[in-house]
Amino acid sequence: MTQIEREEMEFDVVVVGGGPAGLSAAIRLRQIAPDASICLIEKGSEIGAHIVSGAVIEPRSLEELLPDWRSLGAPLNTEVTEERMLFLTEKRAIQIPYLDRVMPHMANHGNYVVSLGEVCRWLGEQAEALGVEIYPGFAGAELFIENNRVAGVITGDMGIERDGTHGPNFTPGMILRAKQTILTEGARGSLSAHAMKRFGLRKGVDTQTYGLGIKEVWEVPKEKHRPGLVQHSFGWPLDDHTYGGAWLYHFGDNLVSYGFVTGLDYSNTYLSPFEEMQRTKLHPAFREHFEGGKRLIYGARALSEGGLQSIPRLTFPGGVLAGDSAGFLNVPKIKGTHTAMKSGMLAAEAVAEALQTECTEASSLTERVRNSWLWSELRDVRNIRPAFAKWGMKAGALYAGIDSMILRGRAPWTLHHPHADNETLRPSALCEQIDYPKPDNVLTFDRVSSVFLSATNHEENQPVHLKLRNEAIWRTVNHDVFDAPESRYCPAGVYEQEKSGENEWSLRINAQNCVHCKTCDIKDPTQNIEWCTPEGSGGPNYPVGM
Amino acid sequence: MKILVPVKRVVDYNVKVRVAADGSGVETQGLKMSLNPFDEIAVEEAIRLREKGVATEVVVVTIGVQAAQDILRTSMAMGADRAILVKTDDTLEPRAVANALKAIVEREQPGLVCMGKQAIDDDMNATGQILAAKLGWPQGTFASAVTVADGRIEVSREIDGGTEVVSLALPAVVTADLRLNEPRYASLPNIMKARKKPLETLEAADLGVDLASRLTVVSVAEPAERKEGIKLGNAAELVEKLKTEAKVI
Repeated sequence: MTQIEREEMEFDVVVVGGGPAGLSAAIRLRQIAPDASICLIEKGSEIGAHIVSGAVIEPRSLEELLPDWRSLGAPLNTEVTEERMLFLTEKRAIQIPYLDRVMPHMANHGNYVVSLGEVCRWLGEQAEALGVEIYPGFAGAELFIENNRVAGVITGDMGIERDGTHGPNFTPGMILRAKQTILTEGARGSLSAHAMKRFGLRKGVDTQTYGLGIKEVWEVPKEKHRPGLVQHSFGWPLDDHTYGGAWLYHFGDNLVSYGFVTGLDYSNTYLSPFEEMQRTKLHPAFREHFEGGKRLIYGARALSEGGLQSIPRLTFPGGVLAGDSAGFLNVPKIKGTHTAMKSGMLAAEAVAEALQTECTEASSLTERVRNSWLWSELRDVRNIRPAFAKWGMKAGALYAGIDSMILRGRAPWTLHHPHADNETLRPSALCEQIDYPKPDNVLTFDRVSSVFLSATNHEENQPVHLKLRNEAIWRTVNHDVFDAPESRYCPAGVYEQEKSGENEWSLRINAQNCVHCKTCDIKDPTQNIEWCTPEGSGGPNYPVGM
Repeated sequence: MKILVPVKRVVDYNVKVRVAADGSGVETQGLKMSLNPFDEIAVEEAIRLREKGVATEVVVVTIGVQAAQDILRTSMAMGADRAILVKTDDTLEPRAVANALKAIVEREQPGLVCMGKQAIDDDMNATGQILAAKLGWPQGTFASAVTVADGRIEVSREIDGGTEVVSLALPAVVTADLRLNEPRYASLPNIMKARKKPLETLEAADLGVDLASRLTVVSVAEPAERKEGIKLGNAAELVEKLKTEAKVI
């Protein structure tokens, strides 16, 4: 291919990704280095368009970042008023007593139920008011590397035809030069993966593990709405060896946020996170909340679950990682927003220092993180998620209780993540099929009608952004051994196996449906699916409420 | 020649709207808004005419809330030279919009008004026509191709079953249909440059024109849900059902 002529623009700092981490980093930077030029790019069509989260958020970081957030109109409007943790059996729900003592990290007193998409839109406004230049609709396609350091990013080309040729509207991506690049792409970001590989950032740390969160927002009749009610569950419908559970939050104007997280270290190839999410709504403990209501929005996103053990080196020549790009989510707490924001703020402080001292690497970040509450918070809960993986849900919950109540997070040992999520599937011959109920189109739905509610769109003539590196491997491994797990774990129905002849199967990839959750990039057994960044603005268009 | 392109900010075409609980309209709060796709085509056409040397300046104008300046910036990132925001918090109907645009036309004296044939939110398809009538200008609606030469504009119009070609004396009003062109991307460098292009803000009330509404929305409802189809065994059964149930034969 011929060399493309690219325009260039220079900034002090480029931030990739407009989630809570990136926006907090940009805001903090302008606060401490008001003259620094900052450019933030976001692949969604607007800030918030790709944000999926529960979300109950702890306002601690916001308090530190923008102490007068209340008068600035931050959309934190529903305070948690009532909280339950349920252990489900097929028919019954057992409420865990004394939650704040048994699982102190779970207590939500003083926290807020929010639409994280709305919070991000608001943070975006605050950042712009401080002089951050925000460009939604532009994806960071590649790291711009010069003299063996990251010197910015290259945004995606637009107007490439399906066959890879330049169409009439071809618009080349631009080089955004930066003295420091902050990568806050969320879990499994593609530039972050590139940086980790190139600079060996994962050396000596555990592999990252993930969960897949699938969410719906419902509007319910006013008389059934209980703003501030927070309900979590574990147990049914998952078996004891599969990590996961449901959430249900009443918030806003008659809205209910409902969702389900499945640990992507699950082993039964026949498991479908989407169907688990759907059928949990039929449980008596959940069903009543939806009856008479209407489903408004649907979305999905993978999240990092590795915790402290899996956090890579955070700095490299020319840039830093923050937020879920690095994996700062606090799994047992079921929260990642305050940690993402804090890590973004710390990254900004380290980057500001590097700018001032003209260092290529913002090395002080590691120290700053280790000396902050962020580190001690994650350290105290580090053994909980791996305990569930090691001993199953019931024994894991018991361990979690002991670890938090008696050891208070100070256990002298650290449990590790022995497997990456793509290594845990068992061959289909060894797995039990799961009989999921058919959608009733009242409470439960299929993938097609769900994806419709994510308002997902990709420019249709662009090259397919999800590719099999090797088609033969799909046939011999995915099809023959695992019976096409991608057709079940993808929450957007992107992958369908089709009969292409007598005993011949092939994989159909409906890349247009992709909601950018990144699960295929994580869970494919041989890592044979390549997730390329599609044209900017593509993907879901989650409205406020998500 | 100066081209004036009136544009509208609408709910993005990817977004699924829902009817407000009281049936007064659709919920638009918090939804992604963008430049009306037909107006985007009109902006593109105006820029192409300027690039061909037919026009010298492309001015975009919108009538709406303060936030509507985002679509003016988008238009300028595509290539429009400057923008006017006529500010109002009211929702205006086509007649009022045409009145306001007429005032802008008198002020700007463009040789051509090029606009979308309709907005994808209310699908009125009226503003261009009303504006042409009020100005006493010729109109070429549903344009799928335009050529400007010797003080006239030739417009290929999309009509039922074919194309009609009309030749209009300039100044004129042209409304863009889907096939007129494929709009370019606003590139990142151009978006950055567009932030520095001139954007003038006027108060709608200061135009001194009649902006009053004369239409009343009686109700807004979702289309009835389609009933699920059934499979029939044979043609006879189908004929029977068409006779007795659907009562169409």
